Amino acid sequence: MENLQALTDAALAAVAAAGDAASLDQVRIQYLGKKGEISLLMQGLRHLSPEEKPKAGAKINEAKQTVQAAMNERRSFIEQAALDAQLAAESIDVTLPGRGEDVGSIHPVTRTMERISEYFRAIGFTVESGPEIEDDFHNFEALNIPDHHPARAMHDTFYMKDGSVMRTHTSPVQIRTMERYVAENREPPIAIVCPGKVYRCDSDQTHSPMFHQVEGLYVAEKVSFADLKSLLSDFMKVFLERDLEIRFRPSYFPFTEPSAEMDIEWGRKEDGSIKWLEVLGCGMVHPDVLRKSGLDPEKYTGFAFGLGVERFAMLRYGVHDLRQFFENDLRFLEQFK
Amino acid sequence: MKFSEQWLRSWVNPEASTEELVSKITMAGLEVDEYEAVAPEFTGVVVGEIVACEQHPNADKLRVTKVTNGSEEFQVVCGAPNARVGIKIPFAMVGAVLPGNFKIKKAKLRGVESFGMLCGDDEIGLASERADGIMELPLDAPVGADIREYLQLDDTIIDVDLTPNRGDCLGIAGLAREVSANFLTEVKAPEFQDVVAEIDDEFPVELDAPEACPRFVGRVIRDVNVQAATPMWMVERLRRSGVRSIDPVVDVTNYVMLELGQPMHGYDLDRLSGAIHVRMAEQGEKLLMLDGTEQELNSKTLVIADEEKALGIAGVMGGEYSGVNADAKNIFLEAAFFDKIAIAGKARVYGLHTDASHRFERGVDYQLQSKAIERATQLIIEICGGKPGPVSEVACEETLPKATTVKLRQQKVTDLLGLEIPCERIEALLSCLGLELTATDGSDGEAEWDVAVPSWRFDISIQEDLVEEVGRIFGYNNLPNTIPVAELRLKPIPEANVDLMELRRVLVARGYREAINFSFIDPKLHKLFDPECEPEHLANPISQDMSVMRTSLMPGLVSTIRHNLNRQQSRVRLFESGQIFLRKGDKLTQDLWFGGAVCGTRHPESWHGNNADVDFFDLKDDLEALFKRVGNADQYSFRAAKRPCLHPGQCAEIVRDGNVVGVIGALHPKVAKEVDIDSSVFLFEISADVLTAGEVTSFQALSKFPEVRRDMALVLDQATAAADVEAIIRSKAGEWLRDIRLFDVYSGKGVEEGKKSLALGVTWRHAERTLQDEEVNELFASIIDALSAELGATLRQ
Repeated sequence: MENLQALTDAALAAVAAAGDAASLDQVRIQYLGKKGEISLLMQGLRHLSPEEKPKAGAKINEAKQTVQAAMNERRSFIEQAALDAQLAAESIDVTLPGRGEDVGSIHPVTRTMERISEYFRAIGFTVESGPEIEDDFHNFEALNIPDHHPARAMHDTFYMKDGSVMRTHTSPVQIRTMERYVAENREPPIAIVCPGKVYRCDSDQTHSPMFHQVEGLYVAEKVSFADLKSLLSDFMKVFLERDLEIRFRPSYFPFTEPSAEMDIEWGRKEDGSIKWLEVLGCGMVHPDVLRKSGLDPEKYTGFAFGLGVERFAMLRYGVHDLRQFFENDLRFLEQFK
Repeated sequence: MKFSEQWLRSWVNPEASTEELVSKITMAGLEVDEYEAVAPEFTGVVVGEIVACEQHPNADKLRVTKVTNGSEEFQVVCGAPNARVGIKIPFAMVGAVLPGNFKIKKAKLRGVESFGMLCGDDEIGLASERADGIMELPLDAPVGADIREYLQLDDTIIDVDLTPNRGDCLGIAGLAREVSANFLTEVKAPEFQDVVAEIDDEFPVELDAPEACPRFVGRVIRDVNVQAATPMWMVERLRRSGVRSIDPVVDVTNYVMLELGQPMHGYDLDRLSGAIHVRMAEQGEKLLMLDGTEQELNSKTLVIADEEKALGIAGVMGGEYSGVNADAKNIFLEAAFFDKIAIAGKARVYGLHTDASHRFERGVDYQLQSKAIERATQLIIEICGGKPGPVSEVACEETLPKATTVKLRQQKVTDLLGLEIPCERIEALLSCLGLELTATDGSDGEAEWDVAVPSWRFDISIQEDLVEEVGRIFGYNNLPNTIPVAELRLKPIPEANVDLMELRRVLVARGYREAINFSFIDPKLHKLFDPECEPEHLANPISQDMSVMRTSLMPGLVSTIRHNLNRQQSRVRLFESGQIFLRKGDKLTQDLWFGGAVCGTRHPESWHGNNADVDFFDLKDDLEALFKRVGNADQYSFRAAKRPCLHPGQCAEIVRDGNVVGVIGALHPKVAKEVDIDSSVFLFEISADVLTAGEVTSFQALSKFPEVRRDMALVLDQATAAADVEAIIRSKAGEWLRDIRLFDVYSGKGVEEGKKSLALGVTWRHAERTLQDEEVNELFASIIDALSAELGATLRQ
């Protein structure tokens, strides 16, 4: 038994020297394995007297436990070191950009039409659309713009070879919707917005031969100009997300009576007075328009409005050049969400 | 219409600043585009007279003049070639400050002292172009008078953009009526006496087309001195309305038009033959116009003619041969009423938009003609002298517009404006516009009126027109805002359909940007993409490269890719939705389509490398992502196809329910070369109506039992379509089939030349029990048999 201490010391030294899990295992086998040097001491016990056996046995066990404990500690240490090394090896530059696809963008005109439509959908309007090559009736006649009317000249119409026209405004969708209601025997209220492309034979810095409008129509019993004023004033404020001065100015459209243009406050002059900016045309639907669409103007009244989407997008996002909307330059498109 | 504020104020002069005036008429619906001072600021310029003019001793081009301001004489050196004794000129005295803060001081020019400056019209801001010499004032200009006062330069030019319904405001008289109504200030029209005839001469007029011309008023004036100078005040008023002074007769007719709104014309009486006929033109009749253009007339055109030939297009423009020129001695004046529908559009047809046609198209007061003739006669005789004949009027009562009366109910005003306006107020508002109201008894004691519409208003024919007048003068902004109240009524929203906006978002998440291209394209580009389809042509395109309607979204998308490739972008991913225009027989379809286009690398440029270029299957996956978003990817199939603009080996039709609903493929290299693109471009387009139409989810119970999967590696002819293999598997795999997954495609070493190997995994599952190996083996074997029989497939060893 005299070498127990030496053996224990040697085992502890070997444990301390073990650099990895495998050599530590070697040490375990060498000292604590079935045939390990410390284990073998147990076999030497049989030469001892029964009185000595327990005491010596206890000593050996104590030595084994000491070595085992050292070994456990060493194992944790080695494992921790290995994990540390692995983690160190696996560390990355977290500031590198992520991998994968960019996120694209919705065209600002679509986005603006969608925002406008959404405000009206939220109060019960539905979104309608119609053909872009229109017949003369829906684009002009039904809207009180007969052939000789001076307003025709103002529309700069594109004609097709068969006499149909590229719609000059989204107003024909009003007519088509009212006609559909009548055909389906449905009664007003009719509350619609009609976003879409329109065409005018005019092209320069401030005119594009194709642009977008949103038309709105509300027809019901006892609709008044005061309703129109309220709804459109509110719309302008929610669209621009701020409070601002708004005024309605008499104007003329063949298909509304009375007609108005809506101006909004857009900055101030040096003397503090308001700079007004015209943003949309509106009015009470002309009784002839209701009649031509099959509705009884004695029973129903309504209001309509039309606005230029690009103009709204320009106001909202600060775009200055109308033509950029249709160049589709990625550097332009990527600025929108 | 442009006009002088002072001119207007000579008719009606409210106590209001220019700004207040402009703002008020704008808010009455006569929108003022802009207004500007007639002349810039300057001081110290008076009417001077040159009393002596000598050659400068040391300079060929200079004169030494003596100029009087009425009380004193000054020596002034002047370079103007027209400087001469006796003329009156704007004289800037020492101490004057000209526009641009240019101070006039005593000076010495080539050794001669000069006290002041003789001014050209540009130097006092009356013309923008450099004048040839000094401005010559009329000989009756009062020497010493301040030039600003003499020329009435403290004035503003107001440009009002009138809507087409307000032809009545195309004259000072009409504007004055509006101002009067808005400021409640009385109109004081300039007074003039009717001119008594001194001679009996009349010139006969026949109304051959009385529907188009129901009234013609004429007058002969003999011994007119057309050489007389138009007075300065008239020249200035014309100029401030944007009308150039020509000769006194033309100036007077223009002046009366601007003043009263009645277009007029003056003829050289001695060049008229027989009688005036107001008739429709002969088809093809030729007429040389005043502006020097020759027009070939159509038979829908109303002309003023004599017995030999057409003299002018009625209401549009006179002809070259019959107008008053410098030699004329005897004139015949015309003031006619033409029906606006007869005149409408004629100016446009002949490309002759004139002040006259502008007014007649919008409607001229049909009671105004005699008054205009009297006014013009008075002015001509004042300026040119002459002996007037009697006013001769030819009219057709049946075809003249009838005085109209419109019924107005107070309740209608209340309903439409959303405010009850008291009866007295309604009466006052309308009366001040010249409408005459007669109260009548409405049913139930309701207040109502018969409203007589004045002859100058062509835009009032129904009750609503009167309501607008009430609202307009009352002030739109004085009307209330009331929140509209509506019923809470739910509307159907089909769940099966997916909003296009959602599909846009799918592609946006995959890096696509939305483009919006013009719907009209270059016919050459169209022909390159879709040569077999005849596009719709615009009759009046802006330019040739925007003259046909697109039959596909692809040309626009490809053009946009090129635009960006040319701007240092190499990776472009775009989509667009829009109508395309296809004619099928008689029927034109214009359906909404949805398309996408990509080129460049698969991933954005990044540090991680491994970035091949996109191919067909990248784009196909994006397209299938749309199907998956709608939830019906299994309803679509693809089959190889050909399109002129797409690569013949990389092009597929998209098929749903047996119909071709779209196409996908690589841009044909030939087309790419034509449009100058040297990267590979992949494109798809599909009907948006089909794309957005899905089905409501029908839930399948989850199975508790395990799946069984069998893999197969097939050797097939290179040309065999994977879709055909899948179709056969599907047909034989039985009702427990869950999934077929193609996980490898291989050709090369180990596979015979001309063959390829496809590896597929087929998965089965039973809802209520575990499948037995034998059952699956049997199905598997029948699949293999079918593949072998139909496609000659063998299992790869």
